[in-house]
Amino acid sequence: MTISDLRNAAVDSGAGSSNAPADAPPSNRPNAKRTWRSYSVYAGLALIFAYCLAPFYWMLVSSLRRTADIFDNTLLPAPFSLENYAKVFDGSTMFGQALLNSLIVAGTTTTFALVLGVFAAYAISRLNFRFKSVILGVIIATSMFPGISVVVPLLRLFTDIGWINTYQAMIVPNLSFAIPLAVWNLTTFMKALPFDLEEAAMIDGCTKWQAFRRVLLPLAAPGVFTTAILTFIHSWNEFIIALSMINDPKIQTATVAISKFTGATEFQAPFGEQMAAGVIVTVPLVIMVLIFQRRIVEGLTAGASK
Amino acid sequence: MTTTTAPPAGAQTGTPHAPGPRKRGNRSPGEGRMATMLLSPTLLVLALVIVYPLLSAVHQSLFRAESGLDADGFVSDVESFVGLANYADLFVGESGRRFLNAFANTTFFTVTTVFLETVLGLCLALAMNRAFRGRSFLRASILVPWAVPTAVSGLLWRWIFQSDGIANTLLGSEILWTAEGNASKLAVIIAEVWKTAPFIGLLVLAGMQVIPGEVYEAARIDGAGWWRQLGSITLPLVKPTLLVAVLFRMLDALRMFDLPFVLIGPGKESVETLSMLAWDESNQLRHGSASAFAVMLFLYVAVVAIVFVKVLGADVTGAKELKLLSKKTARKNRLAANQTQAPADLSTSEQSNSDQKKAEATR
Repeated sequence: MTISDLRNAAVDSGAGSSNAPADAPPSNRPNAKRTWRSYSVYAGLALIFAYCLAPFYWMLVSSLRRTADIFDNTLLPAPFSLENYAKVFDGSTMFGQALLNSLIVAGTTTTFALVLGVFAAYAISRLNFRFKSVILGVIIATSMFPGISVVVPLLRLFTDIGWINTYQAMIVPNLSFAIPLAVWNLTTFMKALPFDLEEAAMIDGCTKWQAFRRVLLPLAAPGVFTTAILTFIHSWNEFIIALSMINDPKIQTATVAISKFTGATEFQAPFGEQMAAGVIVTVPLVIMVLIFQRRIVEGLTAGASK
Repeated sequence: MTTTTAPPAGAQTGTPHAPGPRKRGNRSPGEGRMATMLLSPTLLVLALVIVYPLLSAVHQSLFRAESGLDADGFVSDVESFVGLANYADLFVGESGRRFLNAFANTTFFTVTTVFLETVLGLCLALAMNRAFRGRSFLRASILVPWAVPTAVSGLLWRWIFQSDGIANTLLGSEILWTAEGNASKLAVIIAEVWKTAPFIGLLVLAGMQVIPGEVYEAARIDGAGWWRQLGSITLPLVKPTLLVAVLFRMLDALRMFDLPFVLIGPGKESVETLSMLAWDESNQLRHGSASAFAVMLFLYVAVVAIVFVKVLGADVTGAKELKLLSKKTARKNRLAANQTQAPADLSTSEQSNSDQKKAEATR
């Protein structure tokens, strides 16, 4: 879509519609310009689709080729084959174990971050106390902390206390980005919830704690859920901590495992297997994204546009 | 819920029993105590995983392992205090060259990728804002690059940029993308922009959707064309959102590690970032210089963040916006009282409309 198309589109359609909800019916005034406009809009959308999905599609297609024709450039795998997937799970790579490890680490990180985050967010969004904005600022600032600045010193500490190659060596540093993420998201959600219901509950004799548990928490459940998805995706994708703290393939997480995939063939990187493994690691996230896209976008944009 | 539970001392003293909005400033010791109780676990963990590592890094950066290997081939434990020597070495000699190279790479990647992402993200958002049908499809597909783990996207792009891979086939070229050289820089930039431009697009789109349609309508009646509307309405109104998005992306790009590490590989001069350098030093058990690199990176990130928040006024916590909002709404109300039905000029109507919309959104 060219700029002039966009301009025409904006002028023709009446700019007011640019803010129309997704399901707003376009007016039924048929004319040549309008169809041309809608073509150009669709062309633009097709471009975006291609941009976003083509590389991922290429990974998917390549993973479904046989090793022999991995360098084919056809858009569909000529003889469709699950060979690469079979190899990924044949046991020599411990990829199944790596997936399980990722699940354990990301799951535990998410749980801890959520529990701590819910309490902290409640305090920040509902209670009056000194240094509130300072504390929120500090928590947000920590989310900008570069991962390597955590890894270098903690690597040494964990070596000294024998934590290398343990789950907690990944979970504890993961909290450095998971907690700020959770606190911030949850605070945004809780601030948006009306205070009236809790107030009513407290007038009825509930303590603050009861109002929190019985009124606010159920109301905030969607926000908690969104935060859980975001935190889980971030922890699942974590790389540098897992790479540094773990050298035992039995404890490795999936992202690290596939980066170290060497496979059985010595002369050439096993691209087919790598692509298959990449698809396996990504597909759960893509499914989550498809199901919860509205929530995820809500969570992602909550912080930036209030 | 109405059972007669005796509230624990202090827990309820400060609760407002009067209906109506809570007033600020009536804090009570009970609330403070409760807040402390609720916040302390979070702050404790953050102290452990952020403050301790930071202090420890600063401390370690002042020491240097003496001899490297001892007689048995093990790394000797002897470390001596060298003051700021590790920092002085950042600018001279072989290690200095490496540091400056990594520093330049990090800065180069940050500037180029964030610039391209912002431009592309804006275009994506503008296009999506026009899409009425298929918007949820679009949103789902745009989330895919975001959801792909960076390590996987590194692998994926390494496969695409393989010497006999699809990129060279499509371009009809024989570029060695994943070897040393400028092509590898370009490969990293392309892969990074692919993954993160949609993120900026989403944030900006959210900002755009808050702009009320009447503003554009008024502009159109006043004869403003598409460019004028973009420059005078859309861009100024999404600027706060865009600033926050750009800040996040910059801080993320400054600590770039996974992508060059997987796509090109560790220890490659042309793509080595500060994170990769610090990681490499740490792997070589040179904790002193690794810590110095980590501290420098932290300072770099901190400076960028402070500049953004203080100078450009990126509103990260939302506190400023709230304050501004209440001020603006008050002004708007005063204005509205004075205003007649006559159409206001462009800027005023734009202001008050956005205020109104924001106020609604915030409520």
